[in-house]
Amino acid sequence: MSSLADLTLAEASAGLRGGELSARELLEATFDRAALTEAELHAYLTIDHENARAAAAAADEAQANGLSMGPLHGIPVAIKDNMVTAGLQTTAGSQILAGYVPPYDATAVTALKSAGAIIVGKTNLDEFAMGSSTENSGYGPSANPWDTTRVPGGSSGGSAAAVAAGSAMIALGSDTGGSIRQPASLCGVVGMKPTYGLVSRYGLIAFASSLDQIGPISRTVEDAASTLEVIAGHDPLDATSYRGEYPRYRSLLGEGVSGLRVGVVGELSGAGIHPEVLSAFRSAVDSLAEGGAIVSEVSLPSMEYALSAYYLIAPAECSANLARFDGVRYGLRIDGATVEEMTARTRAAGFGPEVTRRILLGTYALSAGYYDAFYGQAQKVRTLVIQDFTRAYEGVDVLVSPTSPITAFELGSRTEDPLSMYLVDVCTIPSNLAGTPGISVPVGVDNAGLPIGFQIMAPALGEEVLFQVAAEVERASAWNNRRPPVVEADHGV
Amino acid sequence: MAIDIDIAYVARLARIDLSDEELERIGRQLGGILEHAALVQQLPTEGVEPTSHPLPMVNAFRPDRVVPPLERDTALAQAPQAEDGYFRVPPTLEAE
Repeated sequence: MSSLADLTLAEASAGLRGGELSARELLEATFDRAALTEAELHAYLTIDHENARAAAAAADEAQANGLSMGPLHGIPVAIKDNMVTAGLQTTAGSQILAGYVPPYDATAVTALKSAGAIIVGKTNLDEFAMGSSTENSGYGPSANPWDTTRVPGGSSGGSAAAVAAGSAMIALGSDTGGSIRQPASLCGVVGMKPTYGLVSRYGLIAFASSLDQIGPISRTVEDAASTLEVIAGHDPLDATSYRGEYPRYRSLLGEGVSGLRVGVVGELSGAGIHPEVLSAFRSAVDSLAEGGAIVSEVSLPSMEYALSAYYLIAPAECSANLARFDGVRYGLRIDGATVEEMTARTRAAGFGPEVTRRILLGTYALSAGYYDAFYGQAQKVRTLVIQDFTRAYEGVDVLVSPTSPITAFELGSRTEDPLSMYLVDVCTIPSNLAGTPGISVPVGVDNAGLPIGFQIMAPALGEEVLFQVAAEVERASAWNNRRPPVVEADHGV
Repeated sequence: MAIDIDIAYVARLARIDLSDEELERIGRQLGGILEHAALVQQLPTEGVEPTSHPLPMVNAFRPDRVVPPLERDTALAQAPQAEDGYFRVPPTLEAE
């Protein structure tokens, strides 16, 4: 018999509403799964047993009293530890914030709580979301549930690993260059980056403000869409928050893809992609064609330059955003004779190697004499990337590519060479530069049994068609909510 | 193209106090990364406007409603050092 921890959000919601299961039972099954897997996975930095149990008890009581139930009533969710949670330690994976307890909730967290979700805890990440493996966490790496000698991807690796392992039913991640989609791909779950501005960034500890976006990680496409319906919405506390209509994102699920125009991005689905990844990708494209989609190959020439532009723009923005960690108002302080000495010592002690590298890279790219050659030029390339997408979407409804050029790699195998780590994000970065939505859906495994993700991209505010195509890819792939080996111990004979 | 960086100067600008070995190592790594990043200079961009933000947005106004600010004690609760309702820091200038 399988555990309640393996239910999807849709199944658990039906069970809770029908009275066949309680929020408390569901939460305890989630805690049990965490107890079984955390020693190996380290998906969580903090598990909030006490408040989660109180919230689950309150949810059951509200239901018993006939009070109205929110759309995520009783659902155990995990939050990436770069979103602030009132009264619950938030570190962003950095030693500079060790012990920091925020005085308020991020807007996305408030939305989850208001919808009835139970916050299980805070998940591990690359420090300040800078990385593709969680190995840059200041608190040790997480492991991949499919093979614990391998990385779960990153930076939202803890969230993806928790959802794959069943120690959370859904999770929030943040995506600046692929940090939701890439770990979802490596962990065999669904990860979705919404259009820039759909989910408030208020309370998301900023990495690169023009690229950062919060989104859901889940086991099914439907669950991702349901979660987005809860967390998307205008927020006056985020000046870049979208002010238009927010539709029901599940509206086109199950409609199929007949007549939809699907463009395969040539630059992202050939050279540099592992043959086994490419083969699974091609099969999924074929299944879309069999489903009636009109498939064509599309060329976006600026894609080759997107990665380079990203590794100037993101560090430039991070160097400005992380100036706030100065040892004055919160977090770590290492004493010094002057404010400047104190700040410089604090930052040297508190930031890990990758964050230090990126701050220095960004500082350099913005410094006098180099601004035009690097940052200014990167901003122009960003314009060309946006123009390429705009042109492509005149002829197709969605674009597709593999999510990651490779499957989960071994822990420690890429940490010595920062550039080799950056190249892992080549397929996901363009959507961040353009502010457009993207989703990764599992479509198969390689010869080593490691998950392979399929990426779908859509124009700005194209979430409904994005989920529509994603649901068809999911259905045709017969992935069928496959579970990783690490949870097998919980499925006793 | 080898890119030479005055890494000690950049670290000073960024207010990060690094040892000579760290500076040497990071300087070398950044040289490699910048070589790759310099690809952006190969694309012809004459007449292309820079993009600083993905979506066209101007003047995001909100109602000017007065709400209570964070309580002073709450704001100071996470401070490494606080005194008499203020954040306490070392002197800005070195003593003569």
